[in-house]
Amino acid sequence: MATSIMQNRMFSSDSRAKPELAPVSAETLVKWLLIFLSAAFLVVMLILPLILVGAEALSKGWEAYVAALAEPFAQKALLLTVEATVIAVLLNTVFGVASAWLLTKFDFRGKAVLGSLIDLPFAISPVVAGLFFIMLFGRMSPFYPTLQAYHAAVVFAVPGIILATVFVTFPFITRELVPVMEAQGRSEEEAAATMGAGGWTIFRYVTLPNIKWGLIYGIILCTARAMGEFGAVSVVSGHIRGKTNTLPLHIEILYNEYNFTAAFAVASILVFIAILILVLRNMVEWRTQNRRIQRQRPH
Amino acid sequence: MGSASKVIPGYRFTQGVTFFYISLILLLPLAAFVLFATGMGWEKFIGKAFEYRILHGYLVSFACALAAAIINGIFGLILAWVLVRYEFPGKRIMDGLIDLPFALPTAVAGIALTTLYVETGWLGQFFYAIGLPSAFSVLGITIALIFVGIPFVTRSVQPVLKDLEPEIEEAAALLGAGKWLTFRKVIFPELTAPLLTGFALAFARGIGEYGSVVFIAGNTPFETEIAPLLIMTELEQFDYQAAAAIAIVMMAISFLILLSINGYQRYRIREQGV
Repeated sequence: MATSIMQNRMFSSDSRAKPELAPVSAETLVKWLLIFLSAAFLVVMLILPLILVGAEALSKGWEAYVAALAEPFAQKALLLTVEATVIAVLLNTVFGVASAWLLTKFDFRGKAVLGSLIDLPFAISPVVAGLFFIMLFGRMSPFYPTLQAYHAAVVFAVPGIILATVFVTFPFITRELVPVMEAQGRSEEEAAATMGAGGWTIFRYVTLPNIKWGLIYGIILCTARAMGEFGAVSVVSGHIRGKTNTLPLHIEILYNEYNFTAAFAVASILVFIAILILVLRNMVEWRTQNRRIQRQRPH
Repeated sequence: MGSASKVIPGYRFTQGVTFFYISLILLLPLAAFVLFATGMGWEKFIGKAFEYRILHGYLVSFACALAAAIINGIFGLILAWVLVRYEFPGKRIMDGLIDLPFALPTAVAGIALTTLYVETGWLGQFFYAIGLPSAFSVLGITIALIFVGIPFVTRSVQPVLKDLEPEIEEAAALLGAGKWLTFRKVIFPELTAPLLTGFALAFARGIGEYGSVVFIAGNTPFETEIAPLLIMTELEQFDYQAAAAIAIVMMAISFLILLSINGYQRYRIREQGV
């Protein structure tokens, strides 16, 4: 089908020399066909699943929906998800800013290696990432006897969940900041430094205003991934209800118990947050594009 | 190591923070894994990593991820083209929607897709009517992997397409090339690099994907077991060596994919100057 459309396009341009109506319409035909194809793809692949979550969540009425959300295990899972997400985002923000500063403001040997190291979690399956932490803190670990002696559990406990979340989300902020800071260059910071400003002052008053939106964008992406992480957290969690269950893991348990309405009710919270994240993301992108235009005029 | 560039303060501080954090979060767990894995020995590794059931798992993961990445390559290119070249109502919503798979937790996507594609599901009924089981099959796995991979290709092609200079196309048109010929000979070659990058990212992500796939896969041994699931299964049976062996093979596959794409890009830059 696609080739025949493309051939139409070719013919249309061949006869372009003659100013007729037909070639124009062939081109618009291709345009609307491609738009229709894209829209259909997105509706089937992305919008239908979203609608389905809502429909299933409310399939037994509003009261069942509220009951599923108010259930204590769901509440505890929500709290743990918030806890892990907040800690992961805070730590990764500090690291993201520091590493982006290091990668863009200085030249040093091994810079490329450092860059690839930071990207490493993107190349590793979340399940494998979880496995790393099992090897580090689990029964076969050299630290295990010490941990046992102090009754400190990392794996199959909350610290493991937080560590796994931090691991899978740590490239996001660096990744967003490096291109922004690269484009910014070093001259403004160098000028501030020669005038005697300290590191923190330079960051606060020179760098931060320039990278603000990139940073927010990175934090949004990091939050999205942190709250939804499933594979890595699943490996280290141990699935103890009310203790080591995050929202995605709670959804899995409910679903596997054929408690579909409750599973989708809990899922609807995450869908809601996901949509919020998308809206925020687009607002941030819109802001940065506007800024770029505004920066042209002197201030 | 130019000291002139270190006018800006904070080198030691940011270096300290970065290396401390990377060591703690990334290198230490990685080292624990490597230590454990090397203690296993070759024979055991081969025996555990290439068992027949496990081999089938790699095959399913690899084949489904490849199929999904190809479909995402095609639709990603179309989406990028539509979003860059055309104006139409709803364009901004369409553009914003593409990142949904990044924002939506994979477990949510997993249960939603499964419910959509089971025999009684909204979409599953059509597939089953023509004799295609769309859930608990390799088709289902591929559908889930298409979902998670949608943003990769579009988002890497879009900026390149946006930055293409219109002069080249105008020149092609002036020289008498038709639209399709211009696309094929002038525009498409410029897009192969980002297309491949997006393809490789989607492919690598698909091989490691777990959350969205595990619900729709059905997880039947020798049929729809994916490699990450096999790691989980081995862990539940406390066979840590087998889990580590599978993890090594999976990591090798995804590094190979990413490295070969990087290598190809470098070759292109060196040999062809693009």
